[in-house]
Amino acid sequence: MSVFDEELQHLKENVLKLGSMVEKAISDSIKSLVERNSKLAVDVIDKDLQLNALDVEIDEECIRLIALRQPRAGDLRLITTAMKITTDLERIGDLAVDVSERALELNEEPQLKPYIDIPRMTEIAQGMVRDALDAFVKRDSALARDVLTRDDLVDNLNWQVFNELLFFMIQDPKTVSRAVKITYVSKYIERIADHATNIAEMVVYLVEGKIIRHMAVPEKQ
Amino acid sequence: MRMDVEIEVRGLNFYYTGNVHVLKGINLSAYKNVVTALIGPSGCGKTTLLRCFNRMHDLYPKNRYEGEIVFQGKNILSKDVDVINLRSRIGMVFQKPTPFPMTIFDNVAYGLKLKGINKRTELSERVENALKNSAIWDEVKDKLNVSAYELSGGQQQRLVIARALAVEPEVLLFDEPTSALDPISTSKIEELLVQLKSKITIIIVTHNMQQAARVSDWTGFVMLGKLIEFDKTDKMFTAPSEKLTEEYITGRFG
Repeated sequence: MSVFDEELQHLKENVLKLGSMVEKAISDSIKSLVERNSKLAVDVIDKDLQLNALDVEIDEECIRLIALRQPRAGDLRLITTAMKITTDLERIGDLAVDVSERALELNEEPQLKPYIDIPRMTEIAQGMVRDALDAFVKRDSALARDVLTRDDLVDNLNWQVFNELLFFMIQDPKTVSRAVKITYVSKYIERIADHATNIAEMVVYLVEGKIIRHMAVPEKQ
Repeated sequence: MRMDVEIEVRGLNFYYTGNVHVLKGINLSAYKNVVTALIGPSGCGKTTLLRCFNRMHDLYPKNRYEGEIVFQGKNILSKDVDVINLRSRIGMVFQKPTPFPMTIFDNVAYGLKLKGINKRTELSERVENALKNSAIWDEVKDKLNVSAYELSGGQQQRLVIARALAVEPEVLLFDEPTSALDPISTSKIEELLVQLKSKITIIIVTHNMQQAARVSDWTGFVMLGKLIEFDKTDKMFTAPSEKLTEEYITGRFG
């Protein structure tokens, strides 16, 4: 393996490392809400600093590779993709922090209702992040395109959660504060799925050299 | 943007000394007022291909062409082509600067005099224009009667380009024009190439892939005498279609 190949390998490993930190942040943040574990929520918020540091490290790594190696073709696409993916991952980390902050607030009050759809949404969104990163490592554009199809499921669940909570709020105004916070959480998860979609779209670019962002779904497939 | 074809290569085969098959079934269109780069590993045939465009191989009688190279509707490989005239219309600049042992002015005026232009005022005007178009006028205007050998390598190369431009060619062929030059002279030549394409069509052979990326609009990748891929330069350097191109361009060859 050439020195440059080793550098690219290291870059991929760093992106994966960031990905696994982000995945853990997502599941811990929702767990802190569902299991009313505020200590875990604080933990997610604290660990965001490490995530941010790795985000900066990957950016610097990419900039250095572009400056010193003048990457071309597949190498160029790998490095630019890594840069963009990292931005999405870092934002997912921020959303996990947002979820944790709402969990801290909600855990101070009696639980409004059992959480059913939110864990389901989270599971799908988390699976999208995991598969998008898997597709990145394996350069598997079919898997990336499969991730794109799942965004609608999350959108629909988000809509369902919103309507359900709206009903609570209409029935009893005392629930408004809690219900609004839960709709926020639902929206955060929906945004996580959007970022996973961005990652998957970049993987299609990485593999096929085609930019498919801002296209209707049939064109993406 | 509509693009006119300046030179069209059709089914070109080339054999050195009668039987060494160097170019194999090349098809390619070099567009007018565009810089076309030919890249590929050493010995792949890219320079051989470049030299077909102005019949440089005719210097050795046993070399043999097959197929067609159509330039402005005429096959330049046909026997009745006047190669001296062809070479003034399709000029060539080599790797090492090749000034003649004479003054700067006479170097540029040389081709014009061969064409029978002897009027002092016309010569002066055309020499000045050629030197301006080669971005060297400001550096030499006060020493036109000095020997060309007193110029630096980079200046000599631009002088040679001026000499080629003076006879108003339609196409200029460059065979690794900067491989003997320092980075500053190189960037001056590269700037010049990009400026010149509004006036002429350029085909350049280069070992420096980044140079091909910087100066060319279209790039052809040649390997083992075959044109593997020919496409717009930005496509070739971001997402080439052929695996061999990808391997060569990313430096993972063989």
